[in-house]
Amino acid sequence: MGNLLLLSLGAVLVENFVFVKFLGICPFLGVSQKLNTAVGMGLAVTFTMTISSALTWLLHRFVLVPLELEYLNTVAFILLIASLVQLIEMVLQKFLPSLYASLGIYLPLITTNCAVLGVALLNVQNGYDFVESMVYGFSAGIGFLLAIVLLSLVRERLIFSRIPKPFQGFPSALIAGGLLALAFSGFQGLQLA
Amino acid sequence: METVIVIALTVLALAILALLLGLALALAGKVFAVKKDPRIGEIVQCLAGANCGGCGYAGCSAYAEAIVSQGAPVNCCPVGGKETADAIGAIMGVTAQAPVRLRAQVMCSGTTDLARRKYAYRGISDCLSVAKLGNGPKECPYGCIGLGSCVHVCPFGAIKVENGVAAVEYEKCRACGACVSVCPQHLIKLVPFDTDVWVGCRSQDKGPVVRNYCQVGCIGCGICVRNCPSGAISVQESVASIDYSKCIDCGLCAEKCPRNIIWSGKKQMAEGDTLTVEGKQ
Repeated sequence: MGNLLLLSLGAVLVENFVFVKFLGICPFLGVSQKLNTAVGMGLAVTFTMTISSALTWLLHRFVLVPLELEYLNTVAFILLIASLVQLIEMVLQKFLPSLYASLGIYLPLITTNCAVLGVALLNVQNGYDFVESMVYGFSAGIGFLLAIVLLSLVRERLIFSRIPKPFQGFPSALIAGGLLALAFSGFQGLQLA
Repeated sequence: METVIVIALTVLALAILALLLGLALALAGKVFAVKKDPRIGEIVQCLAGANCGGCGYAGCSAYAEAIVSQGAPVNCCPVGGKETADAIGAIMGVTAQAPVRLRAQVMCSGTTDLARRKYAYRGISDCLSVAKLGNGPKECPYGCIGLGSCVHVCPFGAIKVENGVAAVEYEKCRACGACVSVCPQHLIKLVPFDTDVWVGCRSQDKGPVVRNYCQVGCIGCGICVRNCPSGAISVQESVASIDYSKCIDCGLCAEKCPRNIIWSGKKQMAEGDTLTVEGKQ
Protein backbone atom coordinates (compact mmCIF):
# COMPACT_ATOMS: atom_id res chain seq x y z
CA MET A 1 0.00 0.00 0.00
CA GLY A 2 2.75 2.44 1.00
CA ASN A 3 4.54 1.45 -2.16
CA LEU A 4 1.53 2.47 -4.27
CA LEU A 5 1.25 5.76 -2.41
CA LEU A 6 4.89 6.54 -3.16
CA LEU A 7 4.40 5.60 -6.80
CA SER A 8 1.38 7.86 -7.01
CA LEU A 9 3.04 10.81 -5.27
CA GLY A 10 6.07 10.40 -7.51
CA ALA A 11 3.96 10.49 -10.67
CA VAL A 12 2.02 13.55 -9.56
CA LEU A 13 4.83 15.73 -8.21
CA VAL A 14 8.37 14.46 -8.71
CA GLU A 15 7.93 13.12 -12.20
CA ASN A 16 5.03 15.26 -13.32
CA PHE A 17 4.24 14.28 -16.90
CA VAL A 18 3.94 17.84 -18.14
CA PHE A 19 6.60 19.65 -16.16
CA VAL A 20 9.31 17.00 -15.87
CA LYS A 21 8.72 14.55 -18.70
CA PHE A 22 7.36 17.22 -21.10
CA LEU A 23 4.60 14.97 -22.37
CA GLY A 24 1.12 16.15 -23.30
CA ILE A 25 2.30 19.70 -23.98
CA CYS A 26 -0.21 20.39 -26.77
CA PRO A 27 -3.40 20.10 -24.71
CA PHE A 28 -1.51 21.71 -21.81
CA LEU A 29 -0.97 24.84 -23.89
CA GLY A 30 -4.02 24.56 -26.12
CA VAL A 31 -6.82 24.10 -23.61
CA SER A 32 -5.52 26.12 -20.68
CA GLN A 33 -7.03 29.51 -21.43
CA LYS A 34 -9.97 29.06 -19.09
CA LEU A 35 -10.25 27.20 -15.81
CA ASN A 36 -13.46 25.40 -16.79
CA THR A 37 -12.11 23.91 -20.00
CA ALA A 38 -8.81 23.08 -18.30
CA VAL A 39 -10.58 21.09 -15.59
CA GLY A 40 -12.67 19.31 -18.25
CA MET A 41 -9.60 18.38 -20.25
CA GLY A 42 -7.68 17.29 -17.14
CA LEU A 43 -10.49 15.02 -15.97
CA ALA A 44 -10.90 13.52 -19.44
CA VAL A 45 -7.17 12.76 -19.60
CA THR A 46 -7.14 11.23 -16.11
CA PHE A 47 -10.08 9.04 -17.00
CA THR A 48 -8.57 7.86 -20.27
CA MET A 49 -5.10 7.31 -18.79
CA THR A 50 -6.41 5.07 -16.02
CA ILE A 51 -8.44 2.86 -18.32
CA SER A 52 -5.85 2.78 -21.10
CA SER A 53 -3.10 1.84 -18.60
CA ALA A 54 -5.13 -1.16 -17.54
CA LEU A 55 -5.99 -2.30 -21.05
CA THR A 56 -2.55 -1.76 -22.57
CA TRP A 57 -1.05 -3.71 -19.68
CA LEU A 58 -3.41 -6.60 -20.45
CA LEU A 59 -2.59 -6.39 -24.15
CA HIS A 60 1.13 -6.40 -23.44
CA ARG A 61 1.07 -9.17 -20.88
CA PHE A 62 -1.37 -11.58 -22.54
CA VAL A 63 -0.92 -10.92 -26.26
CA LEU A 64 2.38 -9.30 -27.12
CA VAL A 65 4.66 -11.10 -24.63
CA PRO A 66 3.45 -14.65 -25.39
CA LEU A 67 3.81 -13.96 -29.14
CA GLU A 68 7.25 -12.39 -28.56
CA LEU A 69 6.09 -9.22 -30.30
CA GLU A 70 7.18 -6.69 -27.64
CA TYR A 71 8.75 -4.50 -30.30
CA LEU A 72 5.20 -3.74 -31.52
CA ASN A 73 4.34 -2.07 -28.19
CA THR A 74 4.12 1.47 -29.56
CA VAL A 75 2.03 0.72 -32.63
CA ALA A 76 -0.26 -1.70 -30.85
CA PHE A 77 -0.80 0.72 -27.96
CA ILE A 78 -1.67 3.57 -30.33
CA LEU A 79 -4.25 1.33 -32.01
CA LEU A 80 -5.71 0.25 -28.71
CA ILE A 81 -5.84 3.74 -27.19
CA ALA A 82 -7.46 5.25 -30.29
CA SER A 83 -10.14 2.55 -30.33
CA LEU A 84 -10.60 2.84 -26.59
CA VAL A 85 -11.23 6.58 -26.77
CA GLN A 86 -13.80 5.99 -29.49
CA LEU A 87 -15.47 3.35 -27.37
CA ILE A 88 -15.52 5.55 -24.28
CA GLU A 89 -17.09 8.31 -26.33
CA MET A 90 -19.86 6.00 -27.52
CA VAL A 91 -20.56 4.62 -24.06
CA LEU A 92 -20.64 8.08 -22.50
CA GLN A 93 -22.97 9.38 -25.18
CA LYS A 94 -25.34 6.51 -24.55
CA PHE A 95 -25.36 6.24 -20.79
CA LEU A 96 -24.05 9.52 -19.40
CA PRO A 97 -25.15 12.26 -21.81
CA SER A 98 -24.44 15.00 -19.29
CA LEU A 99 -20.84 13.84 -18.75
CA TYR A 100 -20.52 13.46 -22.52
CA ALA A 101 -21.67 17.03 -23.00
CA SER A 102 -18.98 18.33 -20.67
CA LEU A 103 -16.12 16.00 -21.68
CA GLY A 104 -17.25 15.27 -25.23
CA ILE A 105 -15.22 17.78 -27.16
CA TYR A 106 -12.00 16.91 -25.32
CA LEU A 107 -12.13 13.15 -25.75
CA PRO A 108 -11.23 13.07 -29.47
CA LEU A 109 -8.28 15.34 -28.69
CA ILE A 110 -6.90 12.74 -26.31
CA THR A 111 -6.73 10.07 -28.99
CA THR A 112 -3.39 11.36 -30.14
CA ASN A 113 -2.19 12.66 -26.79
CA CYS A 114 1.39 11.57 -26.25
CA ALA A 115 1.02 11.59 -22.46
CA VAL A 116 -1.53 8.76 -22.63
CA LEU A 117 0.75 6.71 -24.85
CA GLY A 118 3.68 7.67 -22.65
CA VAL A 119 2.03 6.22 -19.54
CA ALA A 120 1.28 2.97 -21.34
CA LEU A 121 4.88 2.62 -22.56
CA LEU A 122 6.39 3.59 -19.20
CA ASN A 123 4.24 0.99 -17.45
CA VAL A 124 5.85 -1.66 -19.61
CA GLN A 125 9.33 -0.18 -19.40
CA ASN A 126 9.23 0.01 -15.61
CA GLY A 127 7.78 -3.48 -15.32
CA TYR A 128 4.77 -2.48 -13.23
CA ASP A 129 2.13 -5.08 -12.39
CA PHE A 130 -1.56 -4.58 -13.17
CA VAL A 131 -2.51 -2.61 -10.05
CA GLU A 132 0.67 -0.53 -10.16
CA SER A 133 -0.01 0.31 -13.81
CA MET A 134 -3.49 1.56 -13.04
CA VAL A 135 -2.32 3.60 -10.06
CA TYR A 136 0.53 5.04 -12.15
CA GLY A 137 -1.86 5.92 -14.98
CA PHE A 138 -4.34 7.54 -12.60
CA SER A 139 -1.63 9.53 -10.81
CA ALA A 140 -0.08 10.67 -14.08
CA GLY A 141 -3.53 11.94 -15.04
CA ILE A 142 -3.88 13.77 -11.73
CA GLY A 143 -0.44 15.28 -12.35
CA PHE A 144 -1.64 16.48 -15.75
CA LEU A 145 -4.83 17.87 -14.20
CA LEU A 146 -2.74 19.74 -11.61
CA ALA A 147 -0.45 21.16 -14.28
CA ILE A 148 -3.18 22.33 -16.64
CA VAL A 149 -5.25 23.83 -13.82
CA LEU A 150 -2.22 25.72 -12.49
CA LEU A 151 -1.42 27.13 -15.93
CA SER A 152 -5.03 28.08 -16.60
CA LEU A 153 -5.16 29.98 -13.31
CA VAL A 154 -2.01 31.87 -14.29
CA ARG A 155 -3.31 32.56 -17.79
CA GLU A 156 -6.65 33.87 -16.51
CA ARG A 157 -4.69 36.48 -14.57
CA LEU A 158 -2.32 37.22 -17.44
CA ILE A 159 -5.22 38.60 -19.47
CA PHE A 160 -5.44 41.56 -17.12
CA SER A 161 -1.74 42.35 -17.03
CA ARG A 162 0.07 44.90 -19.09
CA ILE A 163 2.46 42.79 -21.10
CA PRO A 164 4.77 44.15 -23.80
CA LYS A 165 3.23 43.52 -27.20
CA PRO A 166 5.68 40.82 -28.42
CA PHE A 167 4.91 38.73 -25.32
CA GLN A 168 1.14 38.99 -25.38
CA GLY A 169 -0.86 35.80 -25.76
CA PHE A 170 1.01 32.61 -26.54
CA PRO A 171 4.60 33.70 -25.67
CA SER A 172 3.55 34.68 -22.16
CA ALA A 173 1.82 31.31 -21.78
CA LEU A 174 5.05 29.55 -22.77
CA ILE A 175 7.02 31.60 -20.25
CA ALA A 176 4.46 30.88 -17.52
CA GLY A 177 4.61 27.17 -18.36
CA GLY A 178 8.41 27.28 -18.22
CA LEU A 179 8.40 28.97 -14.83
CA LEU A 180 5.94 26.38 -13.50
CA ALA A 181 8.23 23.62 -14.78
CA LEU A 182 11.14 25.32 -13.05
CA ALA A 183 9.18 25.42 -9.80
CA PHE A 184 8.26 21.78 -10.14
CA SER A 185 11.91 20.85 -10.53
CA GLY A 186 12.11 21.67 -6.82
CA PHE A 187 10.28 18.40 -6.13
CA GLN A 188 13.28 16.54 -7.56
CA GLY A 189 14.89 16.86 -4.16
CA LEU A 190 12.02 15.05 -2.44
CA GLN A 191 13.30 11.91 -0.71
CA LEU A 192 10.43 9.44 -1.20
CA ALA A 193 12.14 6.22 -0.24
CA MET B 1 14.13 -15.90 -45.04
CA GLU B 2 13.84 -15.38 -41.34
CA THR B 3 13.38 -11.63 -41.86
CA VAL B 4 10.45 -12.26 -44.18
CA ILE B 5 8.78 -14.43 -41.57
CA VAL B 6 9.25 -11.79 -38.91
CA ILE B 7 7.82 -9.10 -41.16
CA ALA B 8 4.88 -11.31 -42.13
CA LEU B 9 4.21 -12.15 -38.49
CA THR B 10 4.34 -8.48 -37.52
CA VAL B 11 1.97 -7.43 -40.25
CA LEU B 12 -0.36 -10.31 -39.47
CA ALA B 13 -0.41 -9.61 -35.74
CA LEU B 14 -1.15 -5.93 -36.23
CA ALA B 15 -3.77 -6.65 -38.87
CA ILE B 16 -5.56 -9.11 -36.58
CA LEU B 17 -5.38 -6.66 -33.66
CA ALA B 18 -6.73 -3.86 -35.82
CA LEU B 19 -9.45 -6.08 -37.22
CA LEU B 20 -10.53 -7.20 -33.74
CA LEU B 21 -10.59 -3.63 -32.44
CA GLY B 22 -12.45 -2.51 -35.54
CA LEU B 23 -15.03 -5.23 -35.10
CA ALA B 24 -15.38 -4.38 -31.42
CA LEU B 25 -15.95 -0.73 -32.30
CA ALA B 26 -18.46 -1.61 -35.02
CA LEU B 27 -20.31 -3.80 -32.55
CA ALA B 28 -20.19 -1.11 -29.90
CA GLY B 29 -21.46 1.37 -32.46
CA LYS B 30 -24.51 -0.85 -32.94
CA VAL B 31 -25.02 -1.59 -29.24
CA PHE B 32 -24.51 1.94 -27.99
CA ALA B 33 -26.09 3.66 -30.96
CA VAL B 34 -27.75 6.92 -30.01
CA LYS B 35 -30.59 7.82 -32.27
CA LYS B 36 -29.74 11.23 -33.60
CA ASP B 37 -31.73 13.15 -36.10
CA PRO B 38 -29.66 13.38 -39.31
CA ARG B 39 -31.07 16.85 -39.82
CA ILE B 40 -28.95 18.11 -36.90
CA GLY B 41 -25.77 17.41 -38.86
CA GLU B 42 -27.19 19.04 -41.97
CA ILE B 43 -28.16 22.16 -40.06
CA VAL B 44 -24.72 22.43 -38.48
CA GLN B 45 -23.29 22.40 -42.00
CA CYS B 46 -25.50 25.37 -42.89
CA LEU B 47 -24.62 27.45 -39.85
CA ALA B 48 -21.75 29.89 -39.85
CA GLY B 49 -19.59 27.90 -37.44
CA ALA B 50 -18.47 30.99 -35.55
CA ASN B 51 -19.86 29.58 -32.28
CA CYS B 52 -20.49 33.16 -31.21
CA GLY B 53 -23.64 32.41 -29.23
CA GLY B 54 -25.57 35.20 -30.94
CA CYS B 55 -28.52 32.88 -31.46
CA GLY B 56 -28.91 32.49 -27.71
CA TYR B 57 -27.57 28.93 -27.57
CA ALA B 58 -24.18 27.63 -26.46
CA GLY B 59 -22.86 27.22 -29.98
CA CYS B 60 -23.74 26.25 -33.51
CA SER B 61 -24.38 22.58 -32.77
CA ALA B 62 -26.44 23.38 -29.67
CA TYR B 63 -28.61 25.67 -31.79
CA ALA B 64 -28.98 23.00 -34.47
CA GLU B 65 -30.13 20.55 -31.83
CA ALA B 66 -32.60 23.07 -30.43
CA ILE B 67 -34.10 23.62 -33.89
CA VAL B 68 -34.73 19.93 -34.38
CA SER B 69 -35.70 18.82 -30.90
CA GLN B 70 -37.30 21.92 -29.39
CA GLY B 71 -38.61 23.56 -32.53
CA ALA B 72 -36.52 26.68 -32.11
CA PRO B 73 -37.02 29.28 -34.84
CA VAL B 74 -34.76 28.83 -37.85
CA ASN B 75 -33.85 32.49 -38.27
CA CYS B 76 -31.88 33.07 -35.08
CA CYS B 77 -28.38 32.95 -36.58
CA PRO B 78 -27.31 36.60 -36.80
CA VAL B 79 -24.11 35.75 -38.65
CA GLY B 80 -25.57 33.77 -41.53
CA GLY B 81 -28.57 36.03 -41.99
CA LYS B 82 -31.21 35.29 -44.57
CA GLU B 83 -29.33 32.70 -46.62
CA THR B 84 -28.69 30.52 -43.59
CA ALA B 85 -32.28 30.88 -42.42
CA ASP B 86 -33.49 29.83 -45.89
CA ALA B 87 -31.16 26.84 -45.99
CA ILE B 88 -32.25 25.63 -42.56
CA GLY B 89 -35.86 26.31 -43.50
CA ALA B 90 -35.42 24.04 -46.50
CA ILE B 91 -34.10 21.24 -44.29
CA MET B 92 -36.85 21.64 -41.72
CA GLY B 93 -39.58 22.14 -44.32
CA VAL B 94 -40.62 25.56 -43.13
CA THR B 95 -40.33 28.90 -44.85
CA ALA B 96 -38.09 31.16 -42.89
CA GLN B 97 -39.08 34.67 -42.12
CA ALA B 98 -36.25 36.97 -43.04
CA PRO B 99 -34.53 37.94 -39.81
CA VAL B 100 -34.43 41.63 -39.10
CA ARG B 101 -30.79 42.51 -39.34
CA LEU B 102 -29.64 44.30 -36.24
CA ARG B 103 -26.49 46.11 -35.34
CA ALA B 104 -24.90 47.17 -32.11
CA GLN B 105 -24.97 50.84 -31.23
CA VAL B 106 -22.97 52.48 -28.47
CA MET B 107 -25.28 54.92 -26.73
CA CYS B 108 -22.65 57.44 -25.67
CA SER B 109 -21.22 60.45 -27.46
CA GLY B 110 -19.04 61.78 -24.67
CA THR B 111 -15.66 61.74 -26.36
CA THR B 112 -12.64 62.93 -24.40
CA ASP B 113 -13.00 66.48 -25.70
CA LEU B 114 -16.71 66.70 -24.85
CA ALA B 115 -17.10 64.94 -21.51
CA ARG B 116 -15.32 66.10 -18.34
CA ARG B 117 -12.99 63.67 -16.63
CA LYS B 118 -13.16 62.88 -12.96
CA TYR B 119 -9.74 61.25 -12.72
CA ALA B 120 -6.99 59.86 -14.90
CA TYR B 121 -6.99 56.10 -14.76
CA ARG B 122 -3.88 53.99 -14.96
CA GLY B 123 -4.22 50.30 -14.31
CA ILE B 124 -5.82 47.17 -15.61
CA SER B 125 -7.10 47.96 -19.07
CA ASP B 126 -10.59 46.61 -18.57
CA CYS B 127 -13.90 48.45 -18.29
CA LEU B 128 -15.37 46.05 -15.74
CA SER B 129 -12.81 46.86 -13.08
CA VAL B 130 -12.77 50.59 -13.77
CA ALA B 131 -16.55 50.70 -13.52
CA LYS B 132 -16.12 49.79 -9.86
CA LEU B 133 -14.06 52.93 -9.24
CA GLY B 134 -16.76 55.58 -8.98
CA ASN B 135 -18.49 54.43 -12.16
CA GLY B 136 -15.54 55.14 -14.39
CA PRO B 137 -13.09 57.97 -14.99
CA LYS B 138 -15.65 60.27 -16.62
CA GLU B 139 -17.63 62.61 -14.44
CA CYS B 140 -20.74 61.19 -16.09
CA PRO B 141 -21.46 57.94 -14.23
CA TYR B 142 -23.29 56.53 -17.24
CA GLY B 143 -20.71 57.27 -19.95
CA CYS B 144 -18.50 54.99 -22.01
CA ILE B 145 -15.36 54.07 -20.10
CA GLY B 146 -13.47 53.57 -23.32
CA LEU B 147 -11.07 50.82 -22.30
CA GLY B 148 -12.55 48.46 -24.85
CA SER B 149 -13.95 45.44 -23.01
CA CYS B 150 -16.39 45.31 -25.91
CA VAL B 151 -13.49 45.46 -28.39
CA HIS B 152 -11.88 42.39 -26.82
CA VAL B 153 -15.08 40.41 -26.65
CA CYS B 154 -16.25 41.10 -30.23
CA PRO B 155 -15.67 37.95 -32.29
CA PHE B 156 -15.86 39.89 -35.54
CA GLY B 157 -13.47 42.77 -34.82
CA ALA B 158 -16.23 45.27 -35.41
CA ILE B 159 -15.64 47.63 -32.50
CA LYS B 160 -12.90 50.15 -31.90
CA VAL B 161 -12.43 52.90 -29.37
CA GLU B 162 -12.16 56.37 -30.80
CA ASN B 163 -11.57 59.44 -28.63
CA GLY B 164 -12.48 57.52 -25.51
CA VAL B 165 -15.79 56.18 -26.82
CA ALA B 166 -16.37 52.79 -28.40
CA ALA B 167 -17.73 52.85 -31.95
CA VAL B 168 -19.17 50.00 -33.97
CA GLU B 169 -18.30 49.45 -37.61
CA TYR B 170 -21.74 48.59 -38.81
CA GLU B 171 -20.78 46.54 -41.85
CA LYS B 172 -18.74 44.15 -39.71
CA CYS B 173 -21.29 43.89 -36.89
CA ARG B 174 -23.28 40.65 -36.79
CA ALA B 175 -25.43 41.58 -33.80
CA CYS B 176 -24.32 38.59 -31.73
CA GLY B 177 -24.78 40.67 -28.59
CA ALA B 178 -21.46 39.76 -26.96
CA CYS B 179 -20.65 43.45 -26.41
CA VAL B 180 -24.15 44.16 -25.09
CA SER B 181 -23.71 41.77 -22.21
CA VAL B 182 -20.10 42.68 -21.40
CA CYS B 183 -20.50 46.48 -21.19
CA PRO B 184 -20.62 47.36 -17.47
CA GLN B 185 -22.40 50.64 -18.27
CA HIS B 186 -25.09 48.86 -20.33
CA LEU B 187 -24.42 51.36 -23.10
CA ILE B 188 -24.64 49.08 -26.10
CA LYS B 189 -28.00 48.26 -27.58
CA LEU B 190 -29.03 46.29 -30.63
CA VAL B 191 -30.91 48.49 -33.06
CA PRO B 192 -32.32 47.73 -36.53
CA PHE B 193 -29.49 47.79 -39.06
CA ASP B 194 -31.19 50.27 -41.37
CA THR B 195 -32.26 52.74 -38.76
CA ASP B 196 -30.92 56.22 -39.15
CA VAL B 197 -31.49 57.73 -35.73
CA TRP B 198 -30.38 56.89 -32.24
CA VAL B 199 -29.97 58.69 -28.93
CA GLY B 200 -26.27 58.87 -28.15
CA CYS B 201 -26.65 59.20 -24.40
CA ARG B 202 -27.82 57.11 -21.45
CA SER B 203 -27.29 59.63 -18.67
CA GLN B 204 -30.13 59.51 -16.17
CA ASP B 205 -29.00 62.66 -14.38
CA LYS B 206 -31.09 65.82 -14.48
CA GLY B 207 -30.44 68.44 -17.15
CA PRO B 208 -28.25 70.91 -15.21
CA VAL B 209 -26.06 68.09 -13.91
CA VAL B 210 -25.59 66.69 -17.41
CA ARG B 211 -24.83 70.14 -18.82
CA ASN B 212 -22.14 70.53 -16.21
CA TYR B 213 -20.15 67.44 -17.12
CA CYS B 214 -20.85 66.79 -20.78
CA GLN B 215 -21.22 69.08 -23.75
CA VAL B 216 -23.52 66.68 -25.59
CA GLY B 217 -25.48 64.74 -22.96
CA CYS B 218 -29.26 64.35 -23.07
CA ILE B 219 -30.99 66.75 -20.68
CA GLY B 220 -34.41 65.17 -21.03
CA CYS B 221 -36.06 68.36 -22.35
CA GLY B 222 -38.60 66.42 -24.40
CA ILE B 223 -38.40 68.51 -27.56
CA CYS B 224 -37.87 65.31 -29.55
CA VAL B 225 -40.97 63.75 -27.96
CA ARG B 226 -43.10 66.71 -29.02
CA ASN B 227 -41.70 66.71 -32.54
CA CYS B 228 -41.88 63.01 -33.27
CA PRO B 229 -44.78 62.44 -35.74
CA SER B 230 -45.12 58.74 -34.89
CA GLY B 231 -44.86 58.91 -31.12
CA ALA B 232 -41.78 56.69 -31.06
CA ILE B 233 -39.75 58.70 -28.55
CA SER B 234 -40.26 58.84 -24.83
CA VAL B 235 -38.26 60.44 -22.05
CA GLN B 236 -37.77 58.20 -19.05
CA GLU B 237 -35.49 59.05 -16.15
CA SER B 238 -34.20 62.16 -17.91
CA VAL B 239 -33.07 60.42 -21.06
CA ALA B 240 -34.80 60.04 -24.40
CA SER B 241 -35.16 56.63 -25.96
CA ILE B 242 -36.54 55.56 -29.32
CA ASP B 243 -39.00 52.71 -29.82
CA TYR B 244 -37.81 51.29 -33.13
CA SER B 245 -41.04 49.43 -33.78
CA LYS B 246 -42.73 52.85 -34.19
CA CYS B 247 -39.84 54.89 -35.62
CA ILE B 248 -40.28 55.89 -39.27
CA ASP B 249 -36.74 57.20 -39.73
CA CYS B 250 -37.86 60.73 -40.59
CA GLY B 251 -34.96 62.31 -38.75
CA LEU B 252 -37.02 65.15 -37.29
CA CYS B 253 -35.87 64.41 -33.77
CA ALA B 254 -32.24 64.65 -34.80
CA GLU B 255 -32.91 68.01 -36.41
CA LYS B 256 -34.75 69.47 -33.44
CA CYS B 257 -32.57 68.18 -30.60
CA PRO B 258 -30.99 71.22 -28.96
CA ARG B 259 -28.11 69.13 -27.54
CA ASN B 260 -27.31 67.36 -30.82
CA ILE B 261 -27.54 64.10 -28.97
CA ILE B 262 -29.88 62.34 -31.37
CA TRP B 263 -27.73 61.18 -34.22
CA SER B 264 -28.68 60.58 -37.77
CA GLY B 265 -25.23 59.91 -39.09
CA LYS B 266 -25.20 56.31 -40.18
CA LYS B 267 -23.72 57.03 -43.57
CA GLN B 268 -20.91 59.16 -42.30
CA MET B 269 -20.09 56.53 -39.65
CA ALA B 270 -19.93 53.82 -42.27
CA GLU B 271 -17.22 55.79 -44.03
CA GLY B 272 -15.15 55.67 -40.85
CA ASP B 273 -15.58 59.23 -39.66
CA THR B 274 -15.39 59.82 -36.00
CA LEU B 275 -18.30 60.96 -33.96
CA THR B 276 -17.97 64.68 -33.51
CA VAL B 277 -20.51 67.42 -33.12
CA GLU B 278 -18.98 69.32 -36.01
CA GLY B 279 -19.30 66.30 -38.26
CA LYS B 280 -23.00 66.32 -37.73
CA GLN B 281 -23.83 69.94 -38.21
